[in-house]
Amino acid sequence: MTSSLKDRKILLHDMTLRDGMHAKREQISVDQMVKIATGLDEAGVPLIQVTHGAGLGGNSIQHGRALHSNEAYISAVASKMKQAKVSVLLIPGLGTMDELKSAYDCGARSVHVATHCTEADTTRQHIAFARKLGMDTTGFLMMAHLNTPEGIVEQGKLMESYGAQTIYVTDSAGYMLTDDVRARVGALRAALKPETEIGFHGHHNLGMGIANSITAIEEGATRIDASLAGLGAGAGNTPLEVFLAVSDRLGMITGCDLFKLMDLAEDVVVPLMDHQVRVDRASLTLGFAGVYSTFLLHAKRAGEKYGIPARDILVELGRQKMIGGQEDMIYDTTLTMAKARGLLPSDAA
Amino acid sequence: MPKVKCALIGSGNIGTDLIYKLRRSEWLEPVWMVGIDPNSEGLTRARELGLKTTHEGVDGLLPHVEADNIQIAFDATSAYVHAENSRKLNALGVLMVDLTPAAIGPLCVPPVNLKDHAAKLEMNVNMISCAGQATIPIVAAVSQIQPVDYAEIIASLSSKSVGPGTRANLDEFVYTTSNALERVGGAKKGKALCIINPAEPPMLMRNTVYCETEGTPDEARIIRSVRDMVAEVQKYVPGYRLVNGPIFEGNRVSVFLEISGLGDYLPRYAGNLDIMTAAATRTAEMFAEEILSGRIKLSPLVVA
Repeated sequence: MTSSLKDRKILLHDMTLRDGMHAKREQISVDQMVKIATGLDEAGVPLIQVTHGAGLGGNSIQHGRALHSNEAYISAVASKMKQAKVSVLLIPGLGTMDELKSAYDCGARSVHVATHCTEADTTRQHIAFARKLGMDTTGFLMMAHLNTPEGIVEQGKLMESYGAQTIYVTDSAGYMLTDDVRARVGALRAALKPETEIGFHGHHNLGMGIANSITAIEEGATRIDASLAGLGAGAGNTPLEVFLAVSDRLGMITGCDLFKLMDLAEDVVVPLMDHQVRVDRASLTLGFAGVYSTFLLHAKRAGEKYGIPARDILVELGRQKMIGGQEDMIYDTTLTMAKARGLLPSDAA
Repeated sequence: MPKVKCALIGSGNIGTDLIYKLRRSEWLEPVWMVGIDPNSEGLTRARELGLKTTHEGVDGLLPHVEADNIQIAFDATSAYVHAENSRKLNALGVLMVDLTPAAIGPLCVPPVNLKDHAAKLEMNVNMISCAGQATIPIVAAVSQIQPVDYAEIIASLSSKSVGPGTRANLDEFVYTTSNALERVGGAKKGKALCIINPAEPPMLMRNTVYCETEGTPDEARIIRSVRDMVAEVQKYVPGYRLVNGPIFEGNRVSVFLEISGLGDYLPRYAGNLDIMTAAATRTAEMFAEEILSGRIKLSPLVVA
């Protein structure tokens, strides 16, 4: 059987050292980053994202403090790369253009400029500035299940008009099913300029990371985000080595070495995990309720402290329509729930 | 009782909401609204409410300043034109309350430092940002008790309440607010985060304030100070509410706030815009009290 995707060229973008920071509570060391990035570079992965899990400006009480500054991570990794480009994440409202310039000076050459899927008009100056620096610039529409295909097109076109060269459909909640991906990626492909690329960033909360990525490619996506052993928020990202095995079977061209990446995932990344990154009760709740994957560990921590199951907190956050960046509201919601359940006095400070 | 006559520069949401706030004031009277589009909804509404209007920008107002005895102007245009507006009006002895992020004058958060500005007869005061108005009082309440090494605030705004100016320039919002957490809030280091949420129906403005104190926080005194400060803000923003906190963990103090607006011109969920217009009104009232009592006298500002 010949696959319809045979000879399709796909650009793989590794997320292990950025989305993976969420799963490691931002505690990956510079040495560990360099070791993993060097392995990815040798295996032919062309783009490697390296920052705090929340990207530039992420070091904070809200998003946790990493072991090192973004500059320290980026410089250490970029100086060791033979072929791979280092990329960063920038969420306007958190990261700034000053921080992007600093990342560029440390060697970053690609950026995901990210925003909630309805707020693209907050990215204009950042996308334009990234282009001015000569960076490979992506507009990254997060929580894409919360906008219609038509809405995603409108937002993607805005980012394209600001100068974004690639538009991503980002399934931050791991909520999308293949038809959701097909509709959004297909609509973007029909509406964007032919030279604008489309990417897909999946989370594996419903176990759909690989299937959704393949569907995106069928609809015209040419860039896929993935992580070694899935290391990432929630049940993790699309597992890179699994995606690669599937894409090899389908005859797609990635330029990456499957066995080297399998070894890197198994021998280096899995031993580094603090918890097994997989679909479990809480991460499945994220996917089922459509909640931002990064909320997982925050909800577990707050829930343990006040005696409320993480699942209850996540469902409530979904009901309140909280989005990425509102991690403070996890704590706030937990306190309010604890008062309502009589676990805290109602007049507690 | 005589009132101090005011001009509103900018006929958008903020300027229009200010008409309602000023009409309610014992000390202020809105007399002029300045716009640039003769057909704008804001100017039309202003005329309906009895204000004089011009669509020729600040230059259209200048010839009337003396005859109409305009003493205070509110600028709700943009940082790019504010400096010029301020220079022209200050030259005629008009005090400027700046609601843009231009921040050429001292930063003002009414319950924290308004009295100092009034005493010094500042001719231009800046209202920082909505997040600044919402959170700096709390940082100040903590730093009045003990030194704050680091203050971090997160402002969640409903998508519908964030206008094109802020959207096009989130970095400016972040820098202005971070800086004011230090200069007015008293934190050694400040960091501001802003998140725009599109949920329908729109969520009320939420603000979280984290302070890291030097040494173990003095819990009882901080709780009292924060509650007193919330009551101070509630005097001019009745919808300012402490939802949770202060919570203490190690050196960290966490406070969770919610702000609903008065629903004058802007809907109630736009607490972020309401707190700006309310703070600007409160600021102008303080100056007006001083002017009407004769304690301060405005005079044309000669710029070298």
